[in-house]
Amino acid sequence: MFAYIVRRILATIPVMAIVALFVFSLLYIAPGDPAAVIAGDQATPADVERIRASLGLDRPFVVRFGEWVFRIIQGDLGLSIFTNLPVTRMIAQRIEPTLSLMVVTLVLAITIAVPMGVVAAWKSGSLIDRMVMGFAVLGFSVPVFVVGYLLAYVFALELDWLPVQGYTPISNGLWPWFQNLILPAVALGGVYIALIARITRATMMEILQQDYIRTARAKGAGQTTILFLHALKNAAVPIVTIIGIGLAGLIGGAVVTESVFAIPGLGRLTVDAILRRDYPVIQGVILLFSFVYVLVNLLIDLSYTLFDPRIRY
Amino acid sequence: MALLEVDNLQTHFRTPDGGVNRAVDGLSFSVEAGETVAIVGESGCGKSVTSMSILRLIPEPPGKIAGQIRFNGKNLLEMSDREMRAIRGNEISMIFQEPMTSLNPVLSIGNQIGEALVLHQGLSKREAEAKAVEMLTLVGIPAPDKRVKEYPHQLSGGMRQRVMIAIALACNPKLLIADEPTTALDVTIQAQILDLMRDLKHRVGAAIVLITHDLGVVAEVAERVIVMYAGRKVEEAPVGELFNNPKHPYTKGLLGAVPKLGSSLTGESTRLAEIPGLVPSLKNKIQGCVFAGRCPEATELCREINPALELKAPRHQAACHYATKEAVAA
Repeated sequence: MFAYIVRRILATIPVMAIVALFVFSLLYIAPGDPAAVIAGDQATPADVERIRASLGLDRPFVVRFGEWVFRIIQGDLGLSIFTNLPVTRMIAQRIEPTLSLMVVTLVLAITIAVPMGVVAAWKSGSLIDRMVMGFAVLGFSVPVFVVGYLLAYVFALELDWLPVQGYTPISNGLWPWFQNLILPAVALGGVYIALIARITRATMMEILQQDYIRTARAKGAGQTTILFLHALKNAAVPIVTIIGIGLAGLIGGAVVTESVFAIPGLGRLTVDAILRRDYPVIQGVILLFSFVYVLVNLLIDLSYTLFDPRIRY
Repeated sequence: MALLEVDNLQTHFRTPDGGVNRAVDGLSFSVEAGETVAIVGESGCGKSVTSMSILRLIPEPPGKIAGQIRFNGKNLLEMSDREMRAIRGNEISMIFQEPMTSLNPVLSIGNQIGEALVLHQGLSKREAEAKAVEMLTLVGIPAPDKRVKEYPHQLSGGMRQRVMIAIALACNPKLLIADEPTTALDVTIQAQILDLMRDLKHRVGAAIVLITHDLGVVAEVAERVIVMYAGRKVEEAPVGELFNNPKHPYTKGLLGAVPKLGSSLTGESTRLAEIPGLVPSLKNKIQGCVFAGRCPEATELCREINPALELKAPRHQAACHYATKEAVAA
């Protein structure tokens, strides 16, 4: 087990290296010259050249990549071209709203989607099943921003139950914090809920046909025990896998959701950085997202051992 | 009053094309406390469906169970789901044919044995685990305190069937239904499991309904035998009587199809006797005797009128127009 974890962590190094190379190359691939952008409209070519030199943009690719990676390993993501602040500090300032949004969405999605899928599988072919599946199709097909604006219109503007947009730090109290996150989390979670519910249903349908479910029934176990202990534990591996895969979509969706609900998180930071061609910030955020994704997938692989004793690393 | 009285059991399944499959059609039999009754017949004759019907494990729909199944005089078919759950695994328990797949792969052995105890006897998890160790010892699994923490994939097929037996007997049931408990095991293990069942039967005192197609197994453990064909009972007799004096042509056919050890050496028989033809489709109501289509002795009468079950000898029933009737004490 320990050896496996070490091996997996070592295996993330080449993955992260490829991501880093790609992220760094963005600067060369993307159109537009950051030096020219910083210099502004009134700059002379000499000004632009001077800025380029000060940013180190005039040196060879390999040299700059090497230096860049070396600094990242030391935890230095460089300075923002625009604000001149360290990128790590900018990310740190923006991480709480995004993390909150992700966690609330994740918890909300799992607590709604898994029971939905389980009940749909149990009552397959019934009205409940068809409603769940109908909702899943809807969740897949309606984009996040449409759901977001619709929810904000109905629950914030018309009914006035929840705030329209913005973010309240968790230090201001749990309820104000949560209140601001309900609508974004529901909007962001739609696709995720649909995805998890579908996989849960499909897996559970297959498992409920198994001989050991009949054994549990013959023992006198109740329906709830059969569904949520005997069957769901067997279905856990595919469900957890899809939760991990869906997390990537969630990171992408967070960027849109934060824009719709004016949440000052990493998504907004990313969008702003892209609009300003603030490359160090873009690079830092993408690296962070990739790292989180790799880490989550490692945790998911390790979590398999909790659910299935046949899986041992 | 017998422990179990099955009275005109009819288990039918609606088929996707709108027809009805009469898997069990009017079956009646009873089991006394502590008795071992075997139900034999070939694949598709309704024996497994009968066993599943007793515990009401048939999914409804598409299945539909009618008739009466009285256990201790109470009709199981009229019980609520809650009452039924209190009986399953407690007063009536079941062992299945497939030991490899009948245990839950992600729950520990101890957990699976203990579940019925927690459920029916209100034991705590700790007490249930202690009892599980005891049960594993009883079914002859070595190092039970180590095995109790293991998972099904760590056990062989024979071991798993022992665990299934431990689960079934954990709550001291009055009736044990064993649906082909040895079919999936190799011969030496079969003998061990049969020995174990016989031994435990004496210790626990449970009645056993043994579902099998293996007449060797029947001869080993059963006291009384019910022969089923196409969803109906065609013959019933004490085991010795049935083997020595079969009345129904189907039973005779079954007995004739059993290979005799060494028969190819003595030249006594070079080819096993077989019953020609196939079990009839159960989708249509069969007119006349269900076995008429395959019976070497069938006549016009057999194809017209279904023979009723009647006593042909003391404690010996058969459903055949031409079975010889012996003096039956009133």
